[in-house]
Amino acid sequence: MVTAAAVDLSVDLAGARLANPIMTASGCAANGPELHRFIDVAQLGAFVTKSVKANPQSGRGTPRMAETDSGMLNSIGLQGPGINAFIEKDLPWLRSVGARVIVSIAGSTAAEFATVTRSLVAAEAFDCVAAIEVNISCPNVANRGLVFACAPESSRQVISLVRAEAPHSVPLFAKLTPDVTDIVEIADAALDAGAHGLTMINTLLGIGIDTERLRPHLAGVTGGLSGPAIRPVAVRAIWQVHAAMRAGRLPLAPILGVGGVRTGTDALELVAAGASAIQVGTAIFNDPTAPIRVRDQVADLIAGHGFTRFTDVVGIAHERTA
Amino acid sequence: MTGVTERTRTIAAREGAGVIQVQAELVATRPVGAYQHLTFVAPGIADLARPGQFIAVAIGDATSSKLLRRAFSIHQVTPAGTYGDTVEVVVSAAGAGTQWLTAQPAGTSIDLIGPLGKPFPLPTSPVPCVLVGGGYGSAPLFWLAQALRERGCPVEIVLGAATHARLFGAALARTAADGVTITTDDGSAGVKGWVSDVLPEVFERSSAAVVYGCGPMGMLRSISELAAARGIVAQVAVEEAMACGVGVCMTCVMPIADDDGVTSMVRSCLSGPVFRGDRVRWDAWTDGICHVPDDALGSPGWAGSDPLPEGES
Repeated sequence: MVTAAAVDLSVDLAGARLANPIMTASGCAANGPELHRFIDVAQLGAFVTKSVKANPQSGRGTPRMAETDSGMLNSIGLQGPGINAFIEKDLPWLRSVGARVIVSIAGSTAAEFATVTRSLVAAEAFDCVAAIEVNISCPNVANRGLVFACAPESSRQVISLVRAEAPHSVPLFAKLTPDVTDIVEIADAALDAGAHGLTMINTLLGIGIDTERLRPHLAGVTGGLSGPAIRPVAVRAIWQVHAAMRAGRLPLAPILGVGGVRTGTDALELVAAGASAIQVGTAIFNDPTAPIRVRDQVADLIAGHGFTRFTDVVGIAHERTA
Repeated sequence: MTGVTERTRTIAAREGAGVIQVQAELVATRPVGAYQHLTFVAPGIADLARPGQFIAVAIGDATSSKLLRRAFSIHQVTPAGTYGDTVEVVVSAAGAGTQWLTAQPAGTSIDLIGPLGKPFPLPTSPVPCVLVGGGYGSAPLFWLAQALRERGCPVEIVLGAATHARLFGAALARTAADGVTITTDDGSAGVKGWVSDVLPEVFERSSAAVVYGCGPMGMLRSISELAAARGIVAQVAVEEAMACGVGVCMTCVMPIADDDGVTSMVRSCLSGPVFRGDRVRWDAWTDGICHVPDDALGSPGWAGSDPLPEGES
């Protein structure tokens, strides 16, 4: 009988060595101090920051959110302080409490991603950065507002420009949207352009109607759907990409699984489908202690299955299909 | 920690955080007019809480399909009551989540976080204060009145609602304040009309220096404008839809001007819910939608920013 305490949770994600595979999901934990009132963010495998752009962003008007069955729609609009304030204030704070950090970067143009990366790698606190997550699932202003990760070429362009600015010691993870016909094709383009791994999935685009006023709930009309409602979509996307890696159609690369994880059981689904780490997002709104709870539940479940290492379970469901 | 019963459990209480997450026990629930008055045993929250702060309540258990917490202004706390540390709130069963909450019997275990947000700032000298509540928005005002009177401030309370049944705390107001004025839209109690109809006279006769408000945004705007015109400081507890209540979701923002006049989209759960009335950009709201003012920091119209296309976050 393996005890939870004996399970080795450590992971090596394309060179980013983390004590455990549990992270916050970008945009669901602000930049640290707020969540640190409930859990010690240094206990996370990594803290993933809210996507930062070059300049301060007000985000959208309100209402910005609408509850849905087992989920929610949000239309925040990447509100944030801009990269300069981020590296002066947010990143040093995360470093001061001993957090390992994955910085999520965004841009309205491919060039903006490069600008943000350049400022980030020059930051005094950059040594706490374990990896960079490139949020190519946000809209591309230069290209009629289309999402970068909806096309292989725009995905490739962003990753190549970021790759040129980032030191090789810091892995890049491309965050993909499931709102595409073939996510394997996008994953291929991102990995080929120099991403070391993938984060899957971002929210799905949705609309809710306020039936009192008979108009869209959100001031921004469309919003990103998140929460347990989308978990099967995350498992599917991870499954398809990991299967392509196993089949040799894609280079083998770590997948940071995200989408609807609320419990250790939910996390184990994503891991067995091929995720090498787990991000907890919308569940934090329900329970700010969710990431640490999920970490402990995952250890219990892995021990219960008789495994001694978290990595033993990654993608295991692919070996058990009929 | 006092008052820990077998039915309650602390989920998170980090040193210096000033806020705790607790599995609380609903120990009393009773209808009051159109509302439901809930009392929770929630060890640790009472000692930390101040008037104007709120709690964020999870709907259902850990498998509930409703993930988002509901925020309620704290009506009263009792650090060492009969049941232990209690926190009381007043709930209007307006949607499916609040309908679930108000239907729960005493004895139900409920996950809540608090105290959250900034409390009402109290004046340093014993100046006259007017407290204005719209509907169940009056819930935190009686506790506030008590704190003000302990400082020697004369207190007037003004309560307004659509109907008599939608007033909350008329009897409480009579014991908590030196003067009480009531208005209803239909005239079923007090003066027929809105609080803004009676406020000029109340301000005048009380020589008010500070007005505190809690209620619908339109009412808070009227209070703020009437106060500003008379050189009275307005402190208003705002209402904006929140997903988390703890500062991580960025949904409860509103445009607030700082000391230098720079407007930013500010989280009402962290920097509020109490704001100075003259700092809230009331001009941003139209028909239930709050637009980002063009001069707000990082807005699409702001120098150095770029346009926001339609899309997700």
